[in-house]
Amino acid sequence: MSLLRRAPALTLLVMLGPVLAGLAGTLLPAFGIMPALGRVEPGLMPFSELAAWPGLPRAVALSLATGLGSTLLALALTMLICAGWQGTRAFRWLERALSPLLSVPHAAAAFGLAFLIAPSGWIARALAQLLGWERPPDLLILQDPWGLSLIAGLVVKELPFLLLMTLAALPALRPGQSLATARSLGYGRSAGWLKTVFPRLYPQIRLPVYAVLAFSMSVVDVALILGPNTPPTLAVQVLRWMNDPDLALRLRAAAGALLQLVLTLGALGLWRLGEMAVARIGRAWIEAGGRARHDAPLRALSFGAGALSALAIILGLTALGVWSVAGFWGFPALLPDAFTAKSWMKQGPQLLSPAADTALIALVATGVALALVLACLEAEHRFGLRPSARALWLLYLPLIVPQIAFLPGLQILALVGGVDGTITAVIAAHVIFVLPYVFLSLADPYRGWDRRNAIVGHALGASPARVFWRLRLPMLLRPMLTAMAVGCAVSVGQFLPTLLLGGGRVQTLTTEAVALASGGARRVIGVTALAQTAAAFLPFALALLIPALVWRNRKGLKHG
Amino acid sequence: MADGLRLDTLEIRLGGRCMVALDAHVAPGEVLTVMGPSGSGKSTLLAAITGALDPAFALSGRILLDGEDVTALPTERRRIGILFQDELLFPHLSVGGNLAFGLTPSLRGRAARRKRIDSALQQIGLEGFASRDPATLSGGQKARVALMRTLLADPRALLLDEPFSRLDAARRGQIRELVFARAKAQRLPVLLVTHDREDACAAGGAVIELGA
Repeated sequence: MSLLRRAPALTLLVMLGPVLAGLAGTLLPAFGIMPALGRVEPGLMPFSELAAWPGLPRAVALSLATGLGSTLLALALTMLICAGWQGTRAFRWLERALSPLLSVPHAAAAFGLAFLIAPSGWIARALAQLLGWERPPDLLILQDPWGLSLIAGLVVKELPFLLLMTLAALPALRPGQSLATARSLGYGRSAGWLKTVFPRLYPQIRLPVYAVLAFSMSVVDVALILGPNTPPTLAVQVLRWMNDPDLALRLRAAAGALLQLVLTLGALGLWRLGEMAVARIGRAWIEAGGRARHDAPLRALSFGAGALSALAIILGLTALGVWSVAGFWGFPALLPDAFTAKSWMKQGPQLLSPAADTALIALVATGVALALVLACLEAEHRFGLRPSARALWLLYLPLIVPQIAFLPGLQILALVGGVDGTITAVIAAHVIFVLPYVFLSLADPYRGWDRRNAIVGHALGASPARVFWRLRLPMLLRPMLTAMAVGCAVSVGQFLPTLLLGGGRVQTLTTEAVALASGGARRVIGVTALAQTAAAFLPFALALLIPALVWRNRKGLKHG
Repeated sequence: MADGLRLDTLEIRLGGRCMVALDAHVAPGEVLTVMGPSGSGKSTLLAAITGALDPAFALSGRILLDGEDVTALPTERRRIGILFQDELLFPHLSVGGNLAFGLTPSLRGRAARRKRIDSALQQIGLEGFASRDPATLSGGQKARVALMRTLLADPRALLLDEPFSRLDAARRGQIRELVFARAKAQRLPVLLVTHDREDACAAGGAVIELGA
């Protein structure tokens, strides 16, 4: 009982403790203190070294531009898709096409996109058929110095996320009524939606948007695959310094990590200013009363972009699949000359051990997160706690503080504590990121459960524990398994926590896949990235299958 | 006067405002009907008696069951059965499983419990329904299972929260009679909350009107 009462506090400790400790662990070496290297005098040397790095201005500009650019694009597209199509059949089709793509790991989606847009990728091959090219065009498309392919990769992955968060927030706003009212006053569909629904929707998805912005600015795995190299984005450069055999570079890495944090905060501040400006302009736009009835081109554009985005991931995964079974595959040919299982036979056995570790880490991290989340929600229910807006901010904190800003510090602490390179350290780090997603996924169904079931149970003499185990959990089996699948997918996709806390000694499918980014072994990449995707998909399949089997004779739970 | 359900100067307040004030006694086998429009605090009164009152409300007075003060007891130790407008059969358990969830644990042994459930099903005309999915039952059948589930828990009082309003006119009278007959047979004090005058007449006991 008293343990349950402490569940929320314990959960915050498990989730935010490492974030704060990691930030502290970054702060000290950034100011020159690293006892392990015999540095105990604080100083600004790491920062002057960082400033002296010639690539710095460009790396900073890249981080800002790719982060802000991809977030703005993904958000604008999501909103235009909803504005133009919400409530139509086409919208449901898009929704169904985009939602499952959320679980595709970032690295696999990035590799898939690379296989499409590379000079020798599927798009160039299709063009070659039409234009009669015999050799791949001499263009630097992948890892282009402007970060355009990186932005594209981030947009196609963040679009499903923002769409899903929007879909979760929409029903409570009754968008159908607003839209019908606006249209009866003569407004075009898109303008009506943007003027009546969007202003109420945005505050609901603000935190997810901030998480997307912070993530896009500091992402490492996607940037390693699609981002520029010389110089790379700041986050990638920090990782390079962290991995350098010269331990003195850790100080510069810490300074860079701190700069990344400041950059992110700055970008969030800039975004906030942008929000205010848009609100002001938007109010004027709404009050001007323009009906904007001719939105057909805009609607076509948004639908096309949404479909293209879904197609990019689906075709990308297909390209990964084809490469994984390709024999010889010369340039302009659309398909390989021959198909062979050789790559799978050769790579498969080597992937077994990382696959097992991936599963172990995902299951334990998700199990820990689920237990904590259930304890929090049950404590909320039993003690009548009311979740505040601030609690939601705390939940999003691990998703907004850049991983690269606090994980290096956490690694240094793990090193000092002698737990670095252990699977336990990796699992603890994964819990930080799995927990918010499990909570967000389970909270609504848990809180939405009809409380009268509990009253009936108690009136029949059942204790709170019996009601929890015998009524609430079985009835919430489906959302619980979905939350677990979300948690597993998040864990499977984690790159930086695995790499840094695992100290290179814990290998998962994701670290294996991303490690292939610098080489050109397409067949190996195909096999590894597909295995990674499968690992993220499998839990979702089980989350659909298990309730269908367990409750196959229970009609009342079919649509719950 | 010790037997039955006694509400001793019960008063429920929300933020200083009095929602419900009631002083009443329901003898075993009798029915007390509480009527009033929605928002008059009927459901709040039932929540208070079952022990599921939202902490935002303040409760004063006492709830006595057969002379025992249960005001401070948690719901599961009061032994007060309640039937809602919705049957609230647990969708993951079979019909038999629902009854078994209710059946008092003092009856031990798998075979004995199963026998008790089978005979209970027989009493409500649902013989052989034990393994059925509750979602496949008709409205009247569900209502009968919900009633039996409550009775099998061996309650000391029965609360009815507009339990007949969802049923169609034909079933309504039938189920109503069954509930009152069963309650009378087990000598249960019954508190019925309704906004339907016909229910109140059928109950035949005293009627209290709550103001809006």
